[in-house]
Amino acid sequence: MSAFSAVKSLSTPTITTRSTPSSNPKPSFPFPFPSPASAGAGSLRHSAAIRLNSSSPSPLRAVSSHVLSDEQRVTSPSNHDKALVTRREALDLYEDMALGRSFEDMCAQMYYRGKMFGFVHLYNGQEAVSTGFIRLLQPGDAVVSTYRDHVHALSKGVPARAVMAELFGKTTGCCRGQGGSMHMFSAPHNFLGGFAFIGEGIPVATGAAFSSRYRHEVLKEASPSGGLDVTLAFFGDGTCNNGQFFECLNMAQLWKLPIVFVVENNLWAIGMSHLRATSDPVIWKKGPAFGMPGVPVDGMDVLKVREVAKEAIERARSGEGPTLVECETYRFRGHSLADPDELRKPDEKAHYTARDPILALKKYILEHDLASESELKGIEKKVDDVIEDAVEFADASPFPPRSQLLENVFADPKGFGVGPDGKYRCEDPKFTEGTAQV
Amino acid sequence: MTLRGLGRGISIGKRCFSSFTEVEKPPMDGKPINLFSAINQALHIALETDPRAYVFGEDVGFGGVFRCTTGLADRFGRNRVFNTPLCEQGIAGFAIGLAAMGNRAIAEIQFADYIYPAFDQIVNEAAKFRYRSGNQFNCGGLTIRSPYGAVGHGGHYHSQSPEAFFCHVPGLKVVIPRSPRQAKGLLLACIRDSNPVVFFEPKWLYRLAVEEVPEHDYMLPLSQAEVIRQGSDITLVGWGAQLSVLEHACDEVAKDGISCELIDLRTLIPWDKETVEASVRKTGRLLVSHEAPVTGGFGAEISASIAERCFLRLEAPVARICGLDTPFPLVYEPFYMPTKNKVLDAIKATVNY
Repeated sequence: MSAFSAVKSLSTPTITTRSTPSSNPKPSFPFPFPSPASAGAGSLRHSAAIRLNSSSPSPLRAVSSHVLSDEQRVTSPSNHDKALVTRREALDLYEDMALGRSFEDMCAQMYYRGKMFGFVHLYNGQEAVSTGFIRLLQPGDAVVSTYRDHVHALSKGVPARAVMAELFGKTTGCCRGQGGSMHMFSAPHNFLGGFAFIGEGIPVATGAAFSSRYRHEVLKEASPSGGLDVTLAFFGDGTCNNGQFFECLNMAQLWKLPIVFVVENNLWAIGMSHLRATSDPVIWKKGPAFGMPGVPVDGMDVLKVREVAKEAIERARSGEGPTLVECETYRFRGHSLADPDELRKPDEKAHYTARDPILALKKYILEHDLASESELKGIEKKVDDVIEDAVEFADASPFPPRSQLLENVFADPKGFGVGPDGKYRCEDPKFTEGTAQV
Repeated sequence: MTLRGLGRGISIGKRCFSSFTEVEKPPMDGKPINLFSAINQALHIALETDPRAYVFGEDVGFGGVFRCTTGLADRFGRNRVFNTPLCEQGIAGFAIGLAAMGNRAIAEIQFADYIYPAFDQIVNEAAKFRYRSGNQFNCGGLTIRSPYGAVGHGGHYHSQSPEAFFCHVPGLKVVIPRSPRQAKGLLLACIRDSNPVVFFEPKWLYRLAVEEVPEHDYMLPLSQAEVIRQGSDITLVGWGAQLSVLEHACDEVAKDGISCELIDLRTLIPWDKETVEASVRKTGRLLVSHEAPVTGGFGAEISASIAERCFLRLEAPVARICGLDTPFPLVYEPFYMPTKNKVLDAIKATVNY
């Protein structure tokens, strides 16, 4: 039973709307949390998005000019006007989610084989959020994540090889093996980490968003995106009780920063149920308290997430300011690979496993004739090959040399990691002695 | 009667818990249990004996991520043992408020690495409450427990040793146990002490350290260091999990005829200067070892104080074998840590100075 059904219906928040030529003005209605049978989550313009599992004959559509692009669609007359995405987009989404899932499963295998170690937190079940949001970004946009960051990094374009090598602690990893599972960074992909500490990334994302706005408006640097570079901050339900979250909501709205706050509400913070830890468990309502729109969305449905994400990102890019998006999602595995996961009830897990985002998208694709079963299988095979290649690459890569231990503490290596003779201090034979001066 | 520890002869990573020879206290009976069970017992006793004692923190309800709070919620109820939301600053401030109103607040910070948001409350409020209210209010009932230290695979944010930051705050006590029996006695003493205490538990030892711990209520004195092993050539001072490393070094260097005196500081602030000074007057040499980075670590305070007090007696400079001045690394942990070999080298260098 969905935990959200316990939440009572709420009155509509006063959120700003943006009218476009193709919008359908609909009366506003309450936003109860969606269960598969109920009304879908709202978009910023008060209209319901398509339900992936719905069998209703004429679903309300979130009409957006981006969807009805001039891209080619599969010509299947009966389904021509129903698919929300083009074939290419659908396959991209499918491949990204399949990559995330396979990668995480491989992580678990490697962990139990002792190839990687430390605290590893897997993302299984939440792929729709990462894919739905991040695949819409331009290269100049930034993503800030949490310790559950492997799939965010993959969606942003960090190669699976680099992520896997980082997990193994090898020098070819994206952070040269320095950070491990919880600290993925990639400057070329504008992936700002990887934070073990909950809530620590949100102010960092806020700063990055400020920088984007400053560059654009004050320094007059044009971005290839045609607007502001957007920053996405991902975090969980537990973080929404942390001071940093609220401080940043305030700052972001005050300065109208191009940022989207994405809450991955998977109902649990290790062993603490969100409902028992939060006075008002409806997180998206906290956005309007700071003056920004708050939107709930079914985080197990990648197309719905994508619809909401599009609007939120467009808002940010055009300078209208931040948005708080709450995605109802679920992690299929425990908090980390060391978590026995005893506290979550089996029927809750079963409820969400039935809403597996990848299976749902697969069904959608097949129903709308966007691709054939064999094409999807081909994608899965391709993904498996990529993952296997990543593992082989990571295995074959060397561990970092000891000298790397002292690098990058400060900007000036000679000020710290290098001795007066010009060599790294750890190569000094007296290094193992307590008398080595560092 | 010698107390036995589990893992004698088995090394896990570079650590292993082995026997200590008790010098001070008479032997006490007890069942062999590990560190988290000892702490659990201490908490049960604390809540039993004081109806206004509370235990709270993240995930403590089901027993905590290290099982230190198992059974407390069931036994004492969710009014006294409860989960807090994820906000360390809030937890610390809330604990201070509880303590200021005369309760015993036992707050848990899930990892010492996460104590920094609470740092402001602890330093600015807890430490100064009695002072600035002219003794009208105090938060002596406050105890903050937190697992600290390396665990082999913790990486940047599950391995830090922040004790030095708190040692710099007048008004606060910092206590670190080395073993289950010490932990239970020291924790009960901290909870009942009339000053705010930060109690760091070496997380590496939660399961690894096993010792016979008496089941009754007992306390060990704060601000009293314990000489674990007598010696005549050099004094070694440490705390927490590092003591087992020092102990191994002692054993090994004994084969070369160097006799080491090993001291567990137990309370870092206010620390027992007299015991350490007396020992250094005997041996003439001092080595301090801790996991935290060497620069500005608590070893610096010990070194400076002993240099002041025993300058003419010292036969060699005070050696500090500590973590390196880098953020706590992930894969390089074995290089970063103050290992037995580093300690051995330093002992020999100091003795042969």
